[in-house]
Amino acid sequence: MTDGIPAAPGTEGWFREGPDGFALLAGRCTACGALSFPPRTVPGCPDPGCEGLEQSPEPLSTTGTLWSYTDARYAPPPPYPRPPGTEFEPYALAAVELAAERMIVLGQVAPGVPTGALQVGMTMELTPGTLRSSAGVEERVWNFRPAPNYEAYTGEAQA
Amino acid sequence: MSRTDSVAVAGVGMHPWGAWGKPFIGYGSAAARAALADAGIGWRDVQLVVGGETIRNGYPGFVAGSALSQALGWHGAPVASCYAACATGAQALSTARAHILAGLADVVLVVGADTTPKGFFAPVGGERPDDPDWLRFRLLGATNPAYFGLYARRRMALRGSTEADFAAVKVKNARAGALNPNARFRAEVDAETVLNSPMVSDPLRLLQICATSDGAAAVVLTSEDYARRLNKDAVRIRAVSAPTPTYPRTVPDFPYLASDSMASNSTATAAPATRTFRESLAHAAYEAAGIGPEDVDLAEVYDLTTAMELDWYEEIGLCAPGDAEKLLHEGATALGGRVPVNTSGGLSSFGEAIPAQAIAQVCELTWQLRGDAGARQVERARVGVAVNQGLFGHGSAIVVGRK
Repeated sequence: MTDGIPAAPGTEGWFREGPDGFALLAGRCTACGALSFPPRTVPGCPDPGCEGLEQSPEPLSTTGTLWSYTDARYAPPPPYPRPPGTEFEPYALAAVELAAERMIVLGQVAPGVPTGALQVGMTMELTPGTLRSSAGVEERVWNFRPAPNYEAYTGEAQA
Repeated sequence: MSRTDSVAVAGVGMHPWGAWGKPFIGYGSAAARAALADAGIGWRDVQLVVGGETIRNGYPGFVAGSALSQALGWHGAPVASCYAACATGAQALSTARAHILAGLADVVLVVGADTTPKGFFAPVGGERPDDPDWLRFRLLGATNPAYFGLYARRRMALRGSTEADFAAVKVKNARAGALNPNARFRAEVDAETVLNSPMVSDPLRLLQICATSDGAAAVVLTSEDYARRLNKDAVRIRAVSAPTPTYPRTVPDFPYLASDSMASNSTATAAPATRTFRESLAHAAYEAAGIGPEDVDLAEVYDLTTAMELDWYEEIGLCAPGDAEKLLHEGATALGGRVPVNTSGGLSSFGEAIPAQAIAQVCELTWQLRGDAGARQVERARVGVAVNQGLFGHGSAIVVGRK
């Protein structure tokens, strides 16, 4: 933590903050290198051909390609937090294929970026995000946002 | 067709779909009685009861086979209850079929019923950060329609699909549903109404996403010999496939927050399969039944959304990748077309009653193959396929054939 905002419930060890920058942390199988995000909480490797039981934290690419996106126009049901005295604000969701790992990770899009600003195939970058719990407490999560000067989407997305 | 590995669909029955909030077991009992009457079999002739579990109806929902048996009157038959999210009904049918093929039972009653609260599905209650289903709601507010929106937008980017294409699926399915007395929504809908309905998860609007419903469906499966003696051996289950995904999963399927990495690790198993998980479902069933997609006369596919129905056309092999819109607009998948899809009206007209839906798909295929589908009848139908997909790596395909 750099700004004192605690990780959202269930996300302990999912990301790092600090001098090396904000990054998601996968679990990396110490035997074969297979990655899991979120990191596995139960020993074992996702690859059925590997008997490894240990994993070590591995920072993931902080940029990737927008695989798809959508938004939430209606308030999701609990346990999605609803801070006291607030109106629901629609927000966008992104599925980003991370550059090096080719792993597609979902995340909320940073506040203020409408779906109209998104295009499948554009470059996205990871950024710290903040949720407010139903008790009004700030919680750290991850967001995606269009990368500055991203390469304009021109052709068909790749399958 | 006569295969030693097929079982007979001796009877089918449903309780109409709706939103009444009454006990699920009442709907299930009605469907069970209807299926037994259709088969001409007495309740006490049933040798095994397989119930599809419902997770939103308390303890009786988790022991659905037992709850139903108690409702119909205990007579000593063993029960099984199973849950596989949206593939629950298929797993129940698979369990019944396996008992019959193993010679452990001749007559099995399979029932799925649900009472569903209004609005978005939500995770089971409590603070459960080790549950991926809880996490996706708590951290992202990623409802089912949010995942569907991602898939629909992806289809638009890859295939050039439009909102109007999606709306045309709803128009088609509403037309079929209007002819089905068991459907919840029985009014035709025009494209303009679909495209003016409220946006839920861009690009999907309210009328492009299936509702959540109450409802029930039941099937009586028997050995072929038993069905022959009853003269109820016309329709057979030729295959049930319910594979899980293979590593690495290339799609971020719900309720998970990420796909697997497609960059290789050090072992040899990390190359993605040539078929996606959803493609693998029907193809596994075709292989088991010894047929190909060209043999399919009609299909019931899990149209959680209009866009997803188009994905299925390609994934079950009705057309080449990218040709689903063409198949739709040619009218091939409408009633009267070359290979009608969702002649029941689909989830679009029924809504989801989770443990019942895969069983309801088999009811529709059975009525069609017997020639009992009334105004929805597909001429000379001999082979049908039903597919679905659910949370947590579940999915299924069932091939139903006529003798």
